[in-house]
Amino acid sequence: MAFENLTEKLTKVFKNLRSKGRLTEEDVKLALKEVKLALLEADVNYKVVKNFIKSVEERAVGSEVLEGLNPGQAVIKIVNEELTSVLGSETVELQFEPGQAVTVIMLCGLQGAGKTTTAAKLAGKFIQKGKKPLLVALDVYRPAAIKQLEINGEKQGVDVFSMGDKVKPVEIAKASIEHAKENKENVIIFDTAGRLQIDDDLMKELEDIKKEVTVHKTILVVDAMIGQDSVNVAKDFNEKIGINGLILSKMDGDTRGGAALSIKAVTGVPILYVGMGEKLSDLEQFYPDRMANRILGMGDVLTLIDKVMQETEEVDKEKEKDMMSRLKKGKFDFNDYLESMNQMKKMGGLSSMLGLMPNLGVSREDLEGAIDDKQMKQMEAIVLSMTKKERSNPKILNPQRKHRIAKGAGVDISVVNRFIKQFEQTQKMMKQMPSLMGGKKRGPFGGFGGFKMPF
Amino acid sequence: MEKEKAGFFSKLKSGLNKTRINLLDGLDSVFHGFSEIDDDFYEELEEVLVMADIGITTTGEIIEEIKTLVKVEHIKNPNDCRDYLIELLSKRLDIEEDQYRFEQEKSIIFVIGVNGVGKTTTIGKLAYNFKQDDKKVLIAAADTFRAAATEQLESWAERVGVSMVGSKEGTDPASVIYDALQSARAKDVDILLCDTAGRLHNKKNLMEELKKMNRIIDREFPGIHRENFLVLDASTGQNALNQAKEFKEACDITGIVLTKMDGTAKGGIAIAIWQELGIPVKYIGVGEGIEDLQKFDPKSFVSAIFDAE
Repeated sequence: MAFENLTEKLTKVFKNLRSKGRLTEEDVKLALKEVKLALLEADVNYKVVKNFIKSVEERAVGSEVLEGLNPGQAVIKIVNEELTSVLGSETVELQFEPGQAVTVIMLCGLQGAGKTTTAAKLAGKFIQKGKKPLLVALDVYRPAAIKQLEINGEKQGVDVFSMGDKVKPVEIAKASIEHAKENKENVIIFDTAGRLQIDDDLMKELEDIKKEVTVHKTILVVDAMIGQDSVNVAKDFNEKIGINGLILSKMDGDTRGGAALSIKAVTGVPILYVGMGEKLSDLEQFYPDRMANRILGMGDVLTLIDKVMQETEEVDKEKEKDMMSRLKKGKFDFNDYLESMNQMKKMGGLSSMLGLMPNLGVSREDLEGAIDDKQMKQMEAIVLSMTKKERSNPKILNPQRKHRIAKGAGVDISVVNRFIKQFEQTQKMMKQMPSLMGGKKRGPFGGFGGFKMPF
Repeated sequence: MEKEKAGFFSKLKSGLNKTRINLLDGLDSVFHGFSEIDDDFYEELEEVLVMADIGITTTGEIIEEIKTLVKVEHIKNPNDCRDYLIELLSKRLDIEEDQYRFEQEKSIIFVIGVNGVGKTTTIGKLAYNFKQDDKKVLIAAADTFRAAATEQLESWAERVGVSMVGSKEGTDPASVIYDALQSARAKDVDILLCDTAGRLHNKKNLMEELKKMNRIIDREFPGIHRENFLVLDASTGQNALNQAKEFKEACDITGIVLTKMDGTAKGGIAIAIWQELGIPVKYIGVGEGIEDLQKFDPKSFVSAIFDAE
């Protein structure tokens, strides 16, 4: 990975510092230097970073270092809280007009930001919410843009309104309102052409649409990979057109997405959704806390911790400690496996957990490819087909035993072999896990806070 | 010819106008706003470079070099730093001559990149450029994933007046490439332009798909001049470096096309990419028109950024 985990970096910085009590100015300055680099690496705008660091510094100097945290972690905690508060303290839902009244939503943004795809994804979302959406093709410039929307609309089962590429977008927008009325569609989504925020003619086109048609929500779609320019783009769109919300596209890449912070800081508009893939269903709610961690390069360790904390309350602490130490030594057997699988089911399955994991040096796709929720059932059957002895001592599994297990689980022997191989890999990964999470300390930010590994 | 040159130059300049103004504004305020070279001066310099998306690492290197120079050359005046900075930056973009050999011989150009950077548009513009040079051009529409991608390219092909090999949405793109290669052979074309679907560089299966297409080209036309162009959106931040690394690993990139340079983004990441991976920029996109693709000439690029009118 190109960037080191920030927690790890800070742990290094503070290796020799054992200061307790309160954070000194020196501690804070040292830590914030690393934080600044991390934010800039994540494409947060330079000026935004500067202001942000200043406010964190003010808050951090002199504040108390909680028991169990080192100074670096204490700073991170504050940074994280501040980041989350800038990003928006809670998830914001898109508000529709009340009752059956029509809501008009206009998507705008630079070329290639992903407006057309997002429009279709939104339509799908709205259907789920019991709405009847209409997609309107206002991109009359890019070749085949209308066709793209039509195809995507068809896939989503949504009506697409277009008048070809010879009619002015303002006219199409006006006509679409009538069309929606006739067809009893109650959410209208305008897919506009991509444009540079400095292109006065095209910006005026959007203004005109807003003048002629009541647009309830104007949403800016921004490529999550955008760099320092994000601020210019967002500011201009907001000042010239006025935006009410933001959608970050292409978040399924490995970008840290610092633009989210920059844009939020500059415009103050809420981030509504994030695009997480090319499938038309891949549009997810935005979670400020997850984003904060992603920008800092910490994965979603914190979210994961919170989630698991709730679960572990029920779990016997002693047993757990034992398991943690077993994990570290790589002594992780099928009994643990079975138990953690049961636990994981409670937490919403593997794929939801994986989404929260920080970078493990293994790509998320690899992990997903290796195990999915369906396969989990199969694996469970395999483990349940083992004898107690086999479960606690996987090493004794010879071909004969494997054949018996395969029969018992009703799967092919190759499935059993693959599973055992994966299990061994998991064992290896488990061994690395504690160090990956940074430090031996069991604070909420270093170590795994003493919870069970979910798989 | 003379006229064309002038046109090229002014176009490049107008495309780079924003870049130049922004960067220069920043630079000039740095160089003129300070009476001595101190920490504040370096911080301001850092701001200007980072804001151009050059990246904090490369920016750090540049500043270190400037600091050394200041010591060695006993530079006292911030304004004198300007020339040194220009020299440093140009050095970073300095590429070998003769990056356009594909124009002289039969070539296959494979165009790749993440979603929405402007691959299809770039192909259209490239086709136009080659057509202007009286080349026989064929386009392979191997983006069979995105809805209406083939239609989009088709309308470019029509506009330029070149032929295209395409297929239905959902077809294996490798088969489109294969068909296009056969057709290129039969028609004896000079340049085959291959469009591909946008893909994020961290999608393993999609990168494998790319490798497969790349292999097929190598297998069907061993020894032919090959160019693999990575198309980058100039507004991309530090992630562009990851993109370049991953795509380079999948298939050797021979050049970068930096698109949307007519916006306010500065495309500074190209400097970092050259520095770290040694991949040169070959073209820049400066608008939506068919002629708005210019060869990247590092010298005019740098001078257009730094030279006053």
